[in-house]
Amino acid sequence: MSTAAQPLYRSQRLALRYFTAAIALFGVMIAFGLLSAAYYLFPSMLFNVFNFNTSKIMHIDILVIWLLMGFLGAVYWYLPKELGREVAGIRAAEITFWVFCLAIALVAATFLFVQYGSANEFTLWFINQGRKYVEAPRWAAIGIVAILLVFSWNVVGTCVKAHKMTGIMWVMVLDLIPLVVVYLDAFPADTNMSTDLYWWWWLVHMWVESTWEVLIGCIMALVLMDVMGTSRRIVEAWLYIEVMLVLGAGILGLGHHYFWIGTPQYWLAIGGFFSALEPLPLLGMVVHAVYDAGMHRLRTSNQPAFYWITAEAFGNFIGAGIWGFMMTLPQINLFSHGTQWTVSHGHFAFYGAYVCGVIAVLYVAKQRVTGVPLLAGHTWRWGFGLLNLGMVGMVMALLLAGMAQAFYGRAIGGSTLMAFTTASENLWFKSGMYARMLFGVIFAAGYVALVYDLLRAPRSAALPAAQPQPA
Amino acid sequence: MDIQDPSFWRAGAVSTTLVMLVVLAFLSVDSMRYITAGGINVPGYEVINQHIGYEYDWNRRADVPVIGGPEPLFGKVVAPAEAAALMRTGKLVIQGRACMDCHTIFGNGAYYAPDLTKAWLDPAWSQIWMPMTGKATREEAMVEFLMHPDKYPTWTRAMPNLGITEAEARATVAYLKWLSAIDTNGFPANFGRSMQ
Repeated sequence: MSTAAQPLYRSQRLALRYFTAAIALFGVMIAFGLLSAAYYLFPSMLFNVFNFNTSKIMHIDILVIWLLMGFLGAVYWYLPKELGREVAGIRAAEITFWVFCLAIALVAATFLFVQYGSANEFTLWFINQGRKYVEAPRWAAIGIVAILLVFSWNVVGTCVKAHKMTGIMWVMVLDLIPLVVVYLDAFPADTNMSTDLYWWWWLVHMWVESTWEVLIGCIMALVLMDVMGTSRRIVEAWLYIEVMLVLGAGILGLGHHYFWIGTPQYWLAIGGFFSALEPLPLLGMVVHAVYDAGMHRLRTSNQPAFYWITAEAFGNFIGAGIWGFMMTLPQINLFSHGTQWTVSHGHFAFYGAYVCGVIAVLYVAKQRVTGVPLLAGHTWRWGFGLLNLGMVGMVMALLLAGMAQAFYGRAIGGSTLMAFTTASENLWFKSGMYARMLFGVIFAAGYVALVYDLLRAPRSAALPAAQPQPA
Repeated sequence: MDIQDPSFWRAGAVSTTLVMLVVLAFLSVDSMRYITAGGINVPGYEVINQHIGYEYDWNRRADVPVIGGPEPLFGKVVAPAEAAALMRTGKLVIQGRACMDCHTIFGNGAYYAPDLTKAWLDPAWSQIWMPMTGKATREEAMVEFLMHPDKYPTWTRAMPNLGITEAEARATVAYLKWLSAIDTNGFPANFGRSMQ
């Protein structure tokens, strides 16, 4: 990483704006997460005024948006460095950022003050599409497509103008195709719930899980070269292995979402088998991270970024891989599906796979902006420790609650309204919900510590002789 | 073959991805035969004119829907086109009111409220809500509940009033009846057969 000796590219200044928006929205997401958790403890809270479903929509949609902003910021940050020139079409990218922010504000205002609409097309276009993760009205979904098209033009155009293609850029450019095309799946409102969910899973599994996983793989490859000085040859070989395994297992791993939606029985075997393979690439990333860390004897010029990269590798493997595998075989999924067990996996997977990676990039940017040769110290550890403790605690609490639901509500109770009620009144479930709230507050404290540390000017420190020199 | 050469793994990544995409394309085409309305696992919308049950099938080792004799919804047989129009409205209610951000359908959605896959068959309608609402049939009790859920709470975690009109409520009930007729490979298991 170069220090402040050279001015930032315009695209890197744009990246800083994206990072600022992303970290602010991260906070909003946490606030609505705490509110959503509180409904389980105080169900009559805001009843008929601001109901659980709207709070949950804010929580999960902002999750998608802030991570997407983090990814866009990370790519805008690294493109000039990777290709040696300013990003092509940077003016359009800058305008797009403000359009993106305005659209988010308008959609959030609609959710907060209008919330829902009648059974007609107007509601889908202007109020709420009501499909999980893509509740934003259609006009906003069109806006996301436009933003992704401008982003794609920036990436491809910069490669063309630079007359340069690296292995990482090839993977990223090819990944732009599903990033735009699969998102078009955000628009349909198929009457038939079975076909609706069949294609909706392409959006959730293929876009959020597979396409994003490849994109964060590219970003992590760039960060590894930057922060740890890992050679391009090693990083690119690992990136290809990761893509091969992520898509090799993940494309048909989609089948684990096709167990119970009316689809043929063969999906039970296909989905079970391939999703059991899905932890493999994530295990590969852990091996990669441990190997790299060992090769460099834990020496780095950017300590917080290094620790967050390591957290990303382990979090992705445990959260997405182990936690996913734990509930993915159809014999277990028949009872665990649609309980807080799923919520436990969802939190851990998003956090491990994406949140940790985006935070690592934020620290890379901080070092570049502040110009310190060695980013270390102690304050970053508070954010790192509290966020990880809060997340692991929430995940365990939700797992406890989910297992109680799977056992008492599903296996024994028979999944009716009364079974759902009985399981939700079970002591294990209620204890899990209280513990989730407690660890959610700890997570929120970690967020405050993270923001404090990111904004705080680092103390100047000399780079020890044994440290890898900034590139 | 040099496994340390990135181009070796690049070839592996490209070929694996392409093969898997082709297999997925074939499986998706085949799956449509099952999940299109009127297909192998998903009945046509006019199934709302018939009785629907859910029983354990020893051959498949799973619970499966059982389509029985005539049982018109609201006592009126509807033509296929009318059934399709009802389903369209029912689906738009489910999306416009963000039902799946509290409930799940086929286990997908949010987990704050019960799964609706087999809600039509839930014994709570006859045991709890028909007496509560004073309605003589399950579908009438469902309509009354959907229009005024806050008047008939069964638990501290009650359903809010989402301003659902009578026409929307009737369409939603029709949608829930059709949903219960879909063969979901045994999900949810043991529905309505508590072991306690």
